[in-house]
Amino acid sequence: MEVKGMSGAETIHNTKAGRVFDWFNVIFLGCCGLITVLPFLYIIAGSFATEAELAERSFFIFPETFSLDAYRYIFSTPTFIRSMGVSVLITVVGTIVQLFFTFTMAYPLAKRHIKGRNLLLNLVIFAMLFSGGMIPTYIVVKSLGLLDSYWALILPMAINPFNLIIIKNFFQQLPKELEESAKIDGCSEIGVFLRIALPLSKPIIATFALFYSVGIWNDFFHALLYINDSAKWPLQMVLRQVTILSDLTGTTNDMMETVPPEQSIKLAVIVIATLPILAVYPFLQKHFAKGILIGSVKG
Amino acid sequence: MEITAKTGKPAVKTEKKPTGLEAVKRDKWLYLLLVPGVLYFLIFKYWPMWGVLIAFKDYSPYLGFWQSEWVGFEYFKDFFMNPDFFRLLRNTLMLAALDLIFAFPAPLIVALLLNELRHAIYKRCIQTFIYVPHFVSWTIVVSITFVFFTVDTGVMNKVLQSITGREIAFLSDPEWFRPMIVLQSIWKETGWGTILFLAALASVDQEQYEAAVMDGAGRLRRMWHITLPAIRSTIVVLLILRIGSFLNIGFEQIFLMTNSLNRSVAEIFDTYVYVVGITQGAYSYSTAVGLFKSVVGIILIFGANYIAKKFDQDGLF
Repeated sequence: MEVKGMSGAETIHNTKAGRVFDWFNVIFLGCCGLITVLPFLYIIAGSFATEAELAERSFFIFPETFSLDAYRYIFSTPTFIRSMGVSVLITVVGTIVQLFFTFTMAYPLAKRHIKGRNLLLNLVIFAMLFSGGMIPTYIVVKSLGLLDSYWALILPMAINPFNLIIIKNFFQQLPKELEESAKIDGCSEIGVFLRIALPLSKPIIATFALFYSVGIWNDFFHALLYINDSAKWPLQMVLRQVTILSDLTGTTNDMMETVPPEQSIKLAVIVIATLPILAVYPFLQKHFAKGILIGSVKG
Repeated sequence: MEITAKTGKPAVKTEKKPTGLEAVKRDKWLYLLLVPGVLYFLIFKYWPMWGVLIAFKDYSPYLGFWQSEWVGFEYFKDFFMNPDFFRLLRNTLMLAALDLIFAFPAPLIVALLLNELRHAIYKRCIQTFIYVPHFVSWTIVVSITFVFFTVDTGVMNKVLQSITGREIAFLSDPEWFRPMIVLQSIWKETGWGTILFLAALASVDQEQYEAAVMDGAGRLRRMWHITLPAIRSTIVVLLILRIGSFLNIGFEQIFLMTNSLNRSVAEIFDTYVYVVGITQGAYSYSTAVGLFKSVVGIILIFGANYIAKKFDQDGLF
């Protein structure tokens, strides 16, 4: 994504208006960067601060007195530990399931010669344009007996049609020669898929694994729809309960023993929910420049 | 390498077109691979599409799909006669329009500015920062919003209190609901949105700039006459996609930002379907509402695509 500066245009930058613009530009974009980062820094700093300091000071990025109380509380409360476990579990299993479903379907669809391919592709595209909607899907999940099951957070989005098309296009670009020679050596189609196509698509598998796992970790909607039992809530649902609901409506929740959650606990829960994303962010950034552009168009 | 040596000869022997069953038999392993995916589409995409028919029935979970009685367009009539309809339509259209006016051009502007930045490392840093919010969930974004904007303990309100002596109920005042939603969207997605524009900007022919400089064109002129025309097709495609999904305002964002005080301006079609359908159990009625929104959505997509073709663009499909 490197964009070459206008090297031939150096003289223009030295006009007065040009320099003023340059300074304005540097400062404006710097502000944009700060506006995105500062809230995170405050949340992190605040989660390590004492209640008194949070009540007293407005904005800070270094706590005066360092305290681990919030984290100690969270990691000693079963509700939080359980919801973190649920989130990790559905993220790991869900990512594997999504990769399995998407790649096994994309591979045959990349073969131009197979019968019924066009019909299937049209069915996929139609499903992108029109969906049954929230309630009919809910009724299906309900009649499958998946309500309050972790599978309800995994199976209904096992395939993202956009990603399926991208991966199908990727398989189509693989050199045919490798595959044909493997067949001569006695490989079945499944053998070719497992030993030739998949190893060649390691980078794209890694990319989709990252994006899928971030998507599941962040998912709140499906838990809201399908999980009524608060003991099975993933972290995002607990986060909402603690930071969003407690505040405005004044409703307290059972896990907090009718005491509204303290500010530092709220901040610490936000940190814990954000941390995995920040941890994989460098890898995400490495991957999203290539190939993913087509997928991101959908917004 | 023996692999390449072997492919020297044409390897596939079946050149004549196999018919029906023969073809299936030949590709049996490929069809086996298709099974999980096809099952997924049938169960989680096409079964619900069939289930949409309950919008025309008086569906009750006890009777089931087949036993429930057909009622035709009864529920659609109910919905259009309901005062809720105009409220929902107004809220949805307002939010969509504000998003199109403010949140859509933001990435373009930031991308153009980034493109003018000459320090590569500084630019890389800014990019690294502004992409981050795209990857955090709406739950986190709304949580952060609450931490900063809530009354009494919110950081912003503390600052306001110390400067002006009074606080603003950003989160519960209906007047503030729409600005907050737009600001959140801009904060979360502007950085990510720049990627596509930056990619388009990278492909602009540099020689054109040099020629323009020779002719004495200033920065603004170069931007107006070279940069913008060069990325015009990217802008148009993104605009069409945005219009095609005009009514799709993020459920999670709106749902999380809605509370009893701002519900009158906050409720949109999607959140209404959730509240009426899931929490109140009016399955048929809420399905009718959802179906209405889907149909309008499809019309918008095809309409936008048609217009794109009129404008001499490739269209999307």
